[in-house]
Amino acid sequence: MLTIHDLKVQVDGKTILNGLNLEVRPGEVHAIMGPNGSGKSTLANVIAGRDGYEVTSGVVTYQGNDLLELAPEERARQGIFLAFQYPVEIPGVANVYLLKEALNTVRKSRGEDELDAMDFLKLVREKLQLLEMKEEFLYRSVNEGFSGGEKKRNEIFQMAILEPKLAVLDETDSGLDIDALKVVANGVNALRSPDRGIVLITHYQRLLDYIVPDHVHVLADGQVVRSGDRSLAVELEERGYGWIEDRAGDIAGVQAG
Amino acid sequence: MSGVDAEIGGLVAREYKEGFVTEIDSDTLPPGLDEHVIRTISGKKNEPDFMLEWRLDAYRRWGSMNTPEWAHVHYPPIDFQAISYYSAPGSTGDGPKSLDEVDPKLLETYEKLGIPLEEQKMLSGVAVDAVFDSVSVATTFKKDLAKVGVIFCPFSEALQEHPELVRKYLGTVVPQGDNYYAALNSAVFSDGSFVYVPKGVRCPMELSTYFRINAMNTGQFERTLIVADEGSYVSYLEGCTAPMRDENQLHAAVVELVAMKDAQIKYSTVQNWYPGDEEGRGGIYNFVTKRGACRGDNAKISWTQVETGSAITWKYPSVLLEGDKSVGEFYSVALTNHRQQADTGTKMIHIGRDTSSTIISKGISAGRGQNAYRGLVKVLKGADNARNYSQCDSLLMGDRCGAHTFPYLEVKNPTATIEHEATTSKIGEDQLFYCRQRGLSEEDAVSLIVNGFCKTVFKKLPMEFAVEAQKLLSISLEGSVG
Repeated sequence: MLTIHDLKVQVDGKTILNGLNLEVRPGEVHAIMGPNGSGKSTLANVIAGRDGYEVTSGVVTYQGNDLLELAPEERARQGIFLAFQYPVEIPGVANVYLLKEALNTVRKSRGEDELDAMDFLKLVREKLQLLEMKEEFLYRSVNEGFSGGEKKRNEIFQMAILEPKLAVLDETDSGLDIDALKVVANGVNALRSPDRGIVLITHYQRLLDYIVPDHVHVLADGQVVRSGDRSLAVELEERGYGWIEDRAGDIAGVQAG
Repeated sequence: MSGVDAEIGGLVAREYKEGFVTEIDSDTLPPGLDEHVIRTISGKKNEPDFMLEWRLDAYRRWGSMNTPEWAHVHYPPIDFQAISYYSAPGSTGDGPKSLDEVDPKLLETYEKLGIPLEEQKMLSGVAVDAVFDSVSVATTFKKDLAKVGVIFCPFSEALQEHPELVRKYLGTVVPQGDNYYAALNSAVFSDGSFVYVPKGVRCPMELSTYFRINAMNTGQFERTLIVADEGSYVSYLEGCTAPMRDENQLHAAVVELVAMKDAQIKYSTVQNWYPGDEEGRGGIYNFVTKRGACRGDNAKISWTQVETGSAITWKYPSVLLEGDKSVGEFYSVALTNHRQQADTGTKMIHIGRDTSSTIISKGISAGRGQNAYRGLVKVLKGADNARNYSQCDSLLMGDRCGAHTFPYLEVKNPTATIEHEATTSKIGEDQLFYCRQRGLSEEDAVSLIVNGFCKTVFKKLPMEFAVEAQKLLSISLEGSVG
């Protein structure tokens, strides 16, 4: 459903992604790992369509179409969801209000009717339970005064409501204690399905103990330098990123030569 | 910020739907202002002598005053001799009549503005006084209100029916010489609303006045006086619109509120005067003096305003906290777009003991709009234990607009507790992107964020007006669950 070929991206004139390749098929969970600055979050932002990322070459295809042509809201309506690393606060806007607007917009673009208040509330309550969240969450302003863990949980809650086709989770595990991590992982696992692709961006392999990926990719210097199955993440955990970075340097050296 | 700029244009560049002109014969005085004009206005209304004398006194004071230049607004000098000071639609020249006699064109005008004047068509629970240019053309539910002793009528009618009440309170809160525009208004005011709520009466419905400027080259100078006697309660709403014209028109109103012991007045405004076009051509100069006096202990006055219209807004709804334990509140949303300018805020004057005041101001600037909050909190010597809380937030959209905050504080009593918070923020690319990633269009995302920013003020408006206010900021209430 998502094919990234030779993607090069600059931010403020500096190359961040340098020839990245990735293929995500429906039903697959891909983990993208890598040290700080390797380009993980840039990848997430480029998929979601954030301003300020200049694609200098490469192709990104989503469901057979050129993804880079689409405005962010169009991508969202076609089923792309980004769980933000740093969810933003929107004072005065109730969580539930944004959620209902979002859900109805997405449903409308799928040709479905808007949910009435009763059905919406039923759905929302069901998903609150999944994420072990209290109902008062709905009426608080979006992310305002939320703890780090609450913000991350809220992202997965939104994802559960919007039921995207392709979900990109940008370091959703960072800042979570072990209990919160389990809850979030449960939420994500509940959304695994044969027609949904999930990209987990993470710094630590800890998350992968709870959400077992089908594929693991290691990013360094803007490229995928290793791909494998779960055992690659375990190996990384043991040997550290230094091991990968040395290899990346070798690859870059060879390419330069 | 280019995305945001383009978006803001789209958001507030909505058409000004109220910009039509009603073709109707009118009785209009030629432009110019002198004693003769004042005598003519007073004569047309068959006013008691004291009123004419009061006007002439104001006129003389005005002649010796200068236009205020301290506000953070810029406009060419106004030629006061080029303005007509009286214009009445032909059929209502001799004062208010029953609804059956009102020109259908006027009824149609108000219907078009969403204010049907036939009582059966109206929202139950809202009585309306409709002011068209210089005169009141209809007042609804007068009889129902009279049953509980509430007087709600055009100002000119009050001068005929209740001259003693008018004389007792007029000018006691905003004296004739208070400021340049108040003095002008005192000399030439033509109509407005008068409200008296007797002791112990809770006014059974919302009272409202809808001001409409229609005629060209005229100014509107209305005067509103609301008196809430001991232990009474009244909620009053005011709305206003005008046709789109290339020249500026002056609206210089005076509003006086008097709240006696244990009385409460809630005064709400949704101001939607024509703001002028994108280049700043035309629009209303809205130079208004609004002030309330808490005369007795435990009296309370709340001002809530949503200011989205006018080329220039210059107004400071204020409260004189005379009675002990009296309470003053000011909740404001002011939006300036294109080349609109607003200099607005409040004055809270603490005179009695244990008085408290709250100020919440939300300024939104877009386009090349300039938005200033100007507020004075003054605690006099005898005002033991006075408390004030002020919060002034500014939201900037794009990088060509401006937000300014001028808080003044004069405290002469050491027991006072004063808190002031101010923030200025740009509508965030991060917030917009977050909403768009959830599927909202950029336009809906801006609406959502602005709505959230204004929420604490909107919550203070009566329901009908809250809806109107949100619509004005192109926001739908639909979708709020719970």
